[in-house]
Amino acid sequence: MRRLWQGLLAVLTLGLGRRRERRRDEGEGDSGGGRGHDLVEPGPHNPGTELGVAALFLLAAASAVAFIVVYSLERFPAQHELFGVTLAAAFGFLGAGLIVLARRVLPSEELEEDYPEEEHVEAGIEAATIVEESGRSITRKRLLTAAGGTAGGAIGLAALTPALSLGPWFHTEPLRRTPWRAGRRLVDREGKPYRAEEIERETFYTAFPEGASHRTLGSMLVVVRLDPARLRLPRERADWAPEGILAFSKVCTHAGCAVGLYRKPTYPPTQPPPGLVCPCHYSTFDPALGGEVVFGPAGRPLPQLPLAIDGAGELRARGNFSNAIGPAWWGVNLEKPS
Amino acid sequence: MRARHLLLAVVLGALAIAGAAHAQPRSGVARPPNEEQLPLRELGSQLYAGNCSACHGVDGRGQRTPRKTTEGIEGQGPPLRGVGARSVDFYLRTGYMPLSKPDEQPVRRRALFTDREIRAMVDYVASLPPPGPPIPRPEPGKGNLAEGYELFTEHCAGCHQVAAQGGVVTGARVPPLEDSSAVQIAQAARVGPYLMPKFSEKDITDAELNSIIKYAEMAAKRPHNDGGWGIGNIGPVPEGMVTWFIAGVAFVLMCVVIGSRLRS
Amino acid sequence: MVGGQPGEAELIRRALLWLDARTGAAPLVRKGLRYLFPDHWSFLLGEVALYAFIMLVATGIYLTLFFEPSFGETTYTGSYAPMQGLPMSEAYRSALELSFDVPSGLLMRQTHHWAANVFVAAIVLHMIRVFFTGAFRKPRELTWIIGLLMLFTTLLEGYLGYSMVDDLLSGIGLAIGYGVALSVPVIGANLALGIWDGPFPGSTVFESRMYVAHVFLLPILIATLLAGHLALVASRHHTQFRASKRATQRRIVGMPAFPAQTPRSLGLMLMTAALLFLLGGLVQINPIWQWGPYETYQATNGAQPDWYLGWLIGSLRLMPGFDLSIGDYVLVPNPFWGGALFPLVVLGVLGASPWLERRFTGERGFNNVLDRPRDAPGRTAFGAAFFTWVALIFISGSADRADVFLGLDYESQIWFYRVAVIVVPLLVFFVTRKVCAELQASDAIEEAREAAEEEAKAEAVAA
Repeated sequence: MRRLWQGLLAVLTLGLGRRRERRRDEGEGDSGGGRGHDLVEPGPHNPGTELGVAALFLLAAASAVAFIVVYSLERFPAQHELFGVTLAAAFGFLGAGLIVLARRVLPSEELEEDYPEEEHVEAGIEAATIVEESGRSITRKRLLTAAGGTAGGAIGLAALTPALSLGPWFHTEPLRRTPWRAGRRLVDREGKPYRAEEIERETFYTAFPEGASHRTLGSMLVVVRLDPARLRLPRERADWAPEGILAFSKVCTHAGCAVGLYRKPTYPPTQPPPGLVCPCHYSTFDPALGGEVVFGPAGRPLPQLPLAIDGAGELRARGNFSNAIGPAWWGVNLEKPS
Repeated sequence: MRARHLLLAVVLGALAIAGAAHAQPRSGVARPPNEEQLPLRELGSQLYAGNCSACHGVDGRGQRTPRKTTEGIEGQGPPLRGVGARSVDFYLRTGYMPLSKPDEQPVRRRALFTDREIRAMVDYVASLPPPGPPIPRPEPGKGNLAEGYELFTEHCAGCHQVAAQGGVVTGARVPPLEDSSAVQIAQAARVGPYLMPKFSEKDITDAELNSIIKYAEMAAKRPHNDGGWGIGNIGPVPEGMVTWFIAGVAFVLMCVVIGSRLRS
Repeated sequence: MVGGQPGEAELIRRALLWLDARTGAAPLVRKGLRYLFPDHWSFLLGEVALYAFIMLVATGIYLTLFFEPSFGETTYTGSYAPMQGLPMSEAYRSALELSFDVPSGLLMRQTHHWAANVFVAAIVLHMIRVFFTGAFRKPRELTWIIGLLMLFTTLLEGYLGYSMVDDLLSGIGLAIGYGVALSVPVIGANLALGIWDGPFPGSTVFESRMYVAHVFLLPILIATLLAGHLALVASRHHTQFRASKRATQRRIVGMPAFPAQTPRSLGLMLMTAALLFLLGGLVQINPIWQWGPYETYQATNGAQPDWYLGWLIGSLRLMPGFDLSIGDYVLVPNPFWGGALFPLVVLGVLGASPWLERRFTGERGFNNVLDRPRDAPGRTAFGAAFFTWVALIFISGSADRADVFLGLDYESQIWFYRVAVIVVPLLVFFVTRKVCAELQASDAIEEAREAAEEEAKAEAVAA
């Protein structure tokens, strides 16, 4: 409310004031000499407005005090909002006061002067000559330049070398590494192993390798169960999905977000087919096709992890992913995960 | 035989209501004329016959191949036997059903049926063998918010957005949860309407579901907007709009007031 | 007559002369007081950016006193009840504490965030003004380039700012940044591993790296560029519109820094502060407690960057799904196009525009007088088309939200935008050029009419 009122006041004071015709002293340039009162043209006289400006300044002071009061009180509802409003009012009143002062009380002269010199040709030529003449006593200029340049370059390289410690710049194999090995059990967030019979159709599960960090991109899986008759996996993956249970890397191959969306039709004849979707750029992968991209910007299929059901009915990996997990980099497809 | 009588009644009812339906506007529902006098099961049966059977088939047996109906739509839909009161109550109270076209996404709207009509249809479909699950009775008060947050983020936020404000999945629009009751959230989790996954008690226990509902209701209905106006609780898009349409305009106006010249 | 008591004037005089004897500053102060500011409201947009930056520094310093830049793991026990007992990083915990347990901490955090949003918006508006009036022409190309560098540094600065908080949106944004870094041809893998100190989500030192970049390296860089930008503006003086006959390429007409401009600028600065505090107090921004802590395996729908990176999420989403590959050998992964090449193209085109324009117009002189957009139809049409291109890609970045709120199917929207970003800019180019030509023609008629009227008047007087 107060802010609104203040805004209105400012607009009124500004709007009502009519700008005065400016008078200029003939022949008065930017560098005119003379005594003090000749340098600045007389401004409009508005003693009434000066009172208004003073009032605005005092309102600013009052608002600032209000902020201090709000701060020092115990917590109460909307304290955060009051902090903002009081502080805003303090700055706003002061600002409005200054603007009114500038427009209604102080002189608003319009002066003119020459733009600075466009070019300093003489100085430029002289500077160049000084540089040139300073080197006249050198006879092997090219040798010195080459040697000096080499020194500069080498020192630059040496100075940059410690930057190599920043990270494993040249050891890119961590990108290809995942914790998945043949025989490793799939567990949930709390570390409980997944049993094949627990994996139901029409839903999805997040799984991790037993005993490994949940944070590394190579760990996380999304597991779904489809009708085995409907799977259209690549031929070499025929036995990767026991009972139709499929495991994919949960990291989008586009930009590394978690593929946290699973859509499944309630009634397949009239609804879209199952899909794994990344919420960042909506790349959509078809689990029945082994993670093929069916929509969105992803360029590679979602890597599939071969599964097996052990004697105890628990899910285990049968090896590593079909291809490198996560966002792609130069040469990625040649680098199988390890 | 009781079943035979029932079948006869349904067919007759369907014929009667089909006639009535012709008189009604296309989007409306077909109601038996003597609705108040009918016992609940009988009312449910007649309403089912008039409003659902075109797609879900006679007796909830489903309609696998599209069939032209009297209303001009291609009737096609899943069987309803065994889905139980849980599912029917959800679809009717959210206004998801009836659909005007079988392949469109059901969206939340005002339920087309009265409370008694819904109870009647729920009762009727639930009575079809085999028996299905009842309407769930979640107790979100017993839940834990932090656990709810973790479970919601893992299972739900991908589509429903972390503050339950709704979202998009390719092929469907995901509803926000601000209008969903605790019972409906529980039903949706167990039923998995349209493209939503279906979480069984083995996957998410009833206790965990309580936590999820407690979190979702807080996030969607009573968000902690300690910072002021919540602008939708979906983050940067409305923030950018405020930046440009409120702050940007205010700053330009300020410049216009302070700088005297408006035109070159 | 202006001027206070003689005693007051004497006091000011003495203070100045004292300073001058020790610094030799009097001539500079004398000159500075009468430095001229040509008057037009759009010349103040750059000032708004400057004041937003000052607000960013002021509130930012306050935030550093409470924020703990650490990925160290902890369990939340603060006063926000719904998160009790959740595992999270120290960074996120301290940001929650700053928001809930530090009095006025939330105000400072929100004001800081709003100031960032406004800062970039003001830079963009300022840049649009400079572009469409041709202010970037000789002798101000360097000022333009420095301004562009500032804009792009600021984008990175803002990205790091909301990324180091380690909430769910932060983590998702960083994952995408990592994907883009990896996609850089040849050196991508090395680059990403070097920056993150290992594969995503990186080692614990990555948080320190973000922090030092956000609170020290980049602000210093921005401040340095800013100083250079302002120094160049002052040394070449401001451009001006041909508002009066006296304003020419050689003569600048404007209000002196003192007393006319100083209170106006100070007023604008204070009003900027007021508006930002008002937003910080009344409109919630980045409610991190609603996003929760980040885990790599979690995701949320509608994850968006702050508005000034919206054009990049748009380009990432619009790109058709392919990696440039030879056989099985991926050369350039998809995120490179939208996430790296696109902003570089925008930077390149904008940066080259002073020289591009010279090539097209052949004009090599000094320019102190600004064009009205219609006076340079080629530049205006190109600028409008280019701006439309970027703006469409920007808007497409929120297609998922448009789906939720306006009911427009997401996939159809993407296909629409894929076509529109090619067709619409072309249309805009030709339409804008035509409109400029018409406006110029109507101006010419108006001028001829005025001239004729004046002539008639003169004749009447003579008669």
